[in-house]
Amino acid sequence: MAEATQTGTGAGGGLELAEIGKDLAITALLGAAIFGSTIAFKTETATGGLSLVLRFEEAFFVIAAVVIGRLILLLTVWRRPGGTDRTFVPQALQTRYTEFLAKTGKAFVPIVLLFAVVFPFLPFTDRYLLDLGILILTYVMLGWGLNIVVGLAGLLDLGYVAFYAVGAYSYALLAQYFGLSFWICLPLAGILAAFWGIILGFPVLRLRGDYLAIVTLAFGEIIRIVLLNWYEFTGGPDGLSGIPRPSFFGIPFKRGEGGFADFFGLDYSSIHRIIFLYFLILVLALITNFVTIRLRRLPIGRAWEALREDEIACRSLGLNTVSIKLTAFATGAMFAGFAGSFFATRQGFISPESFTFIESALILAIVVLGGMGSQIGVVIASVAMIGGFEIFREAEQYRMLIFGLAMVMIMIWRPRGLISTREPSIFLKEKKSVSADMVAQGEGH
Amino acid sequence: MSSPPLLQIRDVETFYGKIQALRGITLDVHEGEIVTLIGANGAGKSTLMMTICGDPRARSGQIVYDGRDITRLPTHEIMRLRISQSPEGRRIFPRMTVNENLLMGAAVADPEHFEEDAARAFELFPRLKDRKDQRGGTLSGGEQQMLAIARALMARPKLLLLDEPSLGLAPLVVKQIFEVIKELNEKQGLTVFLVEQNAYHALKLAHQGHVIVNGKITMSGTGAELLAREEVRAAYLEGGAH
Repeated sequence: MAEATQTGTGAGGGLELAEIGKDLAITALLGAAIFGSTIAFKTETATGGLSLVLRFEEAFFVIAAVVIGRLILLLTVWRRPGGTDRTFVPQALQTRYTEFLAKTGKAFVPIVLLFAVVFPFLPFTDRYLLDLGILILTYVMLGWGLNIVVGLAGLLDLGYVAFYAVGAYSYALLAQYFGLSFWICLPLAGILAAFWGIILGFPVLRLRGDYLAIVTLAFGEIIRIVLLNWYEFTGGPDGLSGIPRPSFFGIPFKRGEGGFADFFGLDYSSIHRIIFLYFLILVLALITNFVTIRLRRLPIGRAWEALREDEIACRSLGLNTVSIKLTAFATGAMFAGFAGSFFATRQGFISPESFTFIESALILAIVVLGGMGSQIGVVIASVAMIGGFEIFREAEQYRMLIFGLAMVMIMIWRPRGLISTREPSIFLKEKKSVSADMVAQGEGH
Repeated sequence: MSSPPLLQIRDVETFYGKIQALRGITLDVHEGEIVTLIGANGAGKSTLMMTICGDPRARSGQIVYDGRDITRLPTHEIMRLRISQSPEGRRIFPRMTVNENLLMGAAVADPEHFEEDAARAFELFPRLKDRKDQRGGTLSGGEQQMLAIARALMARPKLLLLDEPSLGLAPLVVKQIFEVIKELNEKQGLTVFLVEQNAYHALKLAHQGHVIVNGKITMSGTGAELLAREEVRAAYLEGGAH
């Protein structure tokens, strides 16, 4: 690395100097145009009107600071070896980023997992952080579920939240009408959501890309509006309340005799239930991840990926694209159903308001930001998005603006998401992954 | 040639909406033959290829393969009858490795054969072996075409349908590809139905040749016969052999 930099300087020394000079002159001009007008002249209220104060010295210092700052950037971060293409993003940053990822990549996953497991017991973890952790994990799970549909099978689904809603309402209604426990309802909610996934899948089998996105968007809205208007069954806008809390495999989290704390000889604390919920969603999310990773190595998972790459080629190889699409929809929907019933039991109250389009958009943003098809990418994106929302809670209405900006920046820097490498699912000899940068943008459509 | 043909196409008519693309095509492909169909852009070459595969479906007429009427079968079932297609424009899976592409080709075959079939494909195209863990999209055009053919062979076909394998390739690579097709036919007895614009190479190789114009077959004969025909030379071989 150091060697390469040195050669770069030696080869293009003279030329670079001229270029830097030109660049700095333009910077100075631009600086003068901006700061000359804004800083050099200042109006002050004086007796009898406004008076103009001239501040040429300050303006000069600001412009000089800008020029020097740019010079430093040019000499360090922005320097690229001669002959390489000019990109919007500094080359040095790109390679350094890739190197960093390659080095930390191997240790990263176990560290994150370990952190997730010990997180509830860390000294600084309070109720607020634990709730945030649960929220992030819920989105990780939803992101992983949607990753099957969007990332692997390449079916753009804008109505994913519908299955989340089906899961949540399944549990709430089954518990309300039949008094079934969470542990019975959880698989039922998954099955029902998968069933709805197939129902959605059938009419949209012939659609792809934008058209599919619009129909799934409509489907998401239909589910929400039905929930909103079917007052007798779903409670409409009032929602459903008093949804039973989960028990620790039959032992309720309550004070006194027979409760969780009593059974294990602990002092009663309301945090026990929260910690339990945390581990519940952690396990659910990990199951989602595990199943996805296993499926990717099976023929069906490979068929999903092949479908994403080229549907016509799939058909010409004798694959039944109908069943491939339906299984992708159903599997993705099933995990949303699980997550939905978890959401219902955690909140204790659900209403159609929790299942608006913005939720679908957020989950999709997590998948795209993380890098479609990348499992760890979803985790990073969830932490960044949901955690970021919390950090910028102070900024209130600017929050969305900041996020919009951050998304744009990331899409410029990493157009295929944070983790854009696709690990091959089979190897004859040794592992070798190829960066997405080596494949031209937009290939495979 | 007394045995019935492997593939019989009888009076097939195909429409795209109201537009008729095939106007009653009849041709036979006998086992162990290379049959070539040549024609200009939009003549209906690829449509015939796709109609054999059931997408689009023939509106009238009959397609019989190995004694079985496949005219109304769904595409994926047709492809399971040991008919393999290397589609126009190659259509390999760009983000999947060479290995994975081959694995997709073997999707309908017995998984037990995979290692053996992959070894044979690599023997046929040694360049693919060097690139087996490389992604399809990073291969050159010629390598991608080799991969498309290798992938089609993974299903252990009796009949190989090749749609313009020379599309967009350098002359030297084209020659190489056609040599492999010839070798497959001669050594393994593979039946090949080849659709081409590159008339010279395709006819030189063919046992039987057909010329399609506006959805109709206008000329038929052995490959050598067609090559010698004045009309063919004028229409499809202008600029001479290359």
